[in-house]
Amino acid sequence: MERHFQKELESLKTTLVKMGSVVEENLGEAIRSALEKDADLASKVVEKDKRVDALEIENDNAIIDLLALQQPLASDLRFILAALKINNDLERIGDHAVNIAQSALVLCKLTDAVTIDEIPKMAAITKAMLKDALDGFILLDPIKAKGVLTKDDEIDNLNRDVAKKVIELVKNNSRTIECGLELNRVSRNLERVGDLATNIAEEVIFHTQARVVKHHAEEKKVPPENDAK
Amino acid sequence: MDKHVIETRQLSLFYGAFQALTNIDLNIGERRITALIGPSGCGKSTLVRVFNRMNDLIEGVSVTGSVVVQGENIYKPDTDLITLRRKVGMVFQRPNPFPLSVYKNITFGLEIHRKGSNVEFPNIVEQSLRNVLLWDDLKDRLEDSAMRLTLEQQQRLCIARVLAMKPQIILMDEPCSALDPIATLKIEELMQQLKKEYTIVIVTHNMQQAARASDFTAFLYLGQVIEYGETKRIFAAPTEKQTEDYITGRFG
Repeated sequence: MERHFQKELESLKTTLVKMGSVVEENLGEAIRSALEKDADLASKVVEKDKRVDALEIENDNAIIDLLALQQPLASDLRFILAALKINNDLERIGDHAVNIAQSALVLCKLTDAVTIDEIPKMAAITKAMLKDALDGFILLDPIKAKGVLTKDDEIDNLNRDVAKKVIELVKNNSRTIECGLELNRVSRNLERVGDLATNIAEEVIFHTQARVVKHHAEEKKVPPENDAK
Repeated sequence: MDKHVIETRQLSLFYGAFQALTNIDLNIGERRITALIGPSGCGKSTLVRVFNRMNDLIEGVSVTGSVVVQGENIYKPDTDLITLRRKVGMVFQRPNPFPLSVYKNITFGLEIHRKGSNVEFPNIVEQSLRNVLLWDDLKDRLEDSAMRLTLEQQQRLCIARVLAMKPQIILMDEPCSALDPIATLKIEELMQQLKKEYTIVIVTHNMQQAARASDFTAFLYLGQVIEYGETKRIFAAPTEKQTEDYITGRFG
């Protein structure tokens, strides 16, 4: 028996996947606009974020209805809780893409623009993390999601490397201050995207396996009391 | 871990040749509310009726394995059923007060069992009605016929009637299915009060009720316990696929 409820869950998932693909595309274009100094593309990213915001509200409303009217349980409940958080995470990633695009707009105007090799590296990894987290969500694949968690440290290290290089850069040449600040801003936004992709992956594991992996919760957990059986 | 007041081991029950329960191993914790859930015909009502041997009233029933209630195997041949049923009281689906006064409904069992003297009756009546939160409503209507109460009041009275016998365990077989949602919530609240002193086993079709009101849940299917554990785990992350399918409504 397929219930109407199941169709509504499917429809929520479809909208989230749609939102995921818009965010993925926006992030890719924001990065490209910053690396290639493409002001038109950067403006397009800022404009397209409105679509992400609209989808976030649409998903929020669908989730409220499902919780209020269907009282979901077990994996349905975990799916809806995961969807609630992923919805929020995607919207935030959308905002970070906008931040990167705004940096791109500033970088486009600078004559003393320099590059830092770590940034394209970070961009490639964060894009892959987001893609894998979303694939894990679509395919209900906790293994794919788990792969995302292992990459976050790499992003954090690269972000620190960028900060060091920026300091060196502006120390040696004060005319690069503005560019350095923007590059550091791009790096910090990419680092946050890495964190949020990690959150999405953690939610996929929670939904599919009923395990809480965030904050290394499983390692810290006091063993639960045995069931009565 | 909780102290167990009911323990079944390899319990099987047959209605003639039909096997209604198969190898059930279940421990019921003291002063806990344990819900039995499962689709119609899964054996949950049969199981709850094992605990005070109500199934004995049906012809052709046979039981194998053991059921230990507070340390005693209740299927031993010399079990005193009257004592057992006083210790393990029962509340049914439809409120079934006797067509007597409110007062007599509560003292009826006491008289039959010769528990307490007539002098103590008024106290027992008051205490029992207080425990089910009926005293304030009915203290001036004790001589009224119980049949004139609302359905919810009747069900509370039936619970009070059980409490008057000082049971240790209360079995409830779909106790709210004849009640409206508000009355249902009130009975569920009452169960939370009662579990401070009593062990409650409730059979329910209403999954939300099991989720709201119980501490432990057993899911039965085709006469077997498929999964048993803390209610919050069963409803958030069941480990058996059949449990998952049943509670998410994907069954069948």
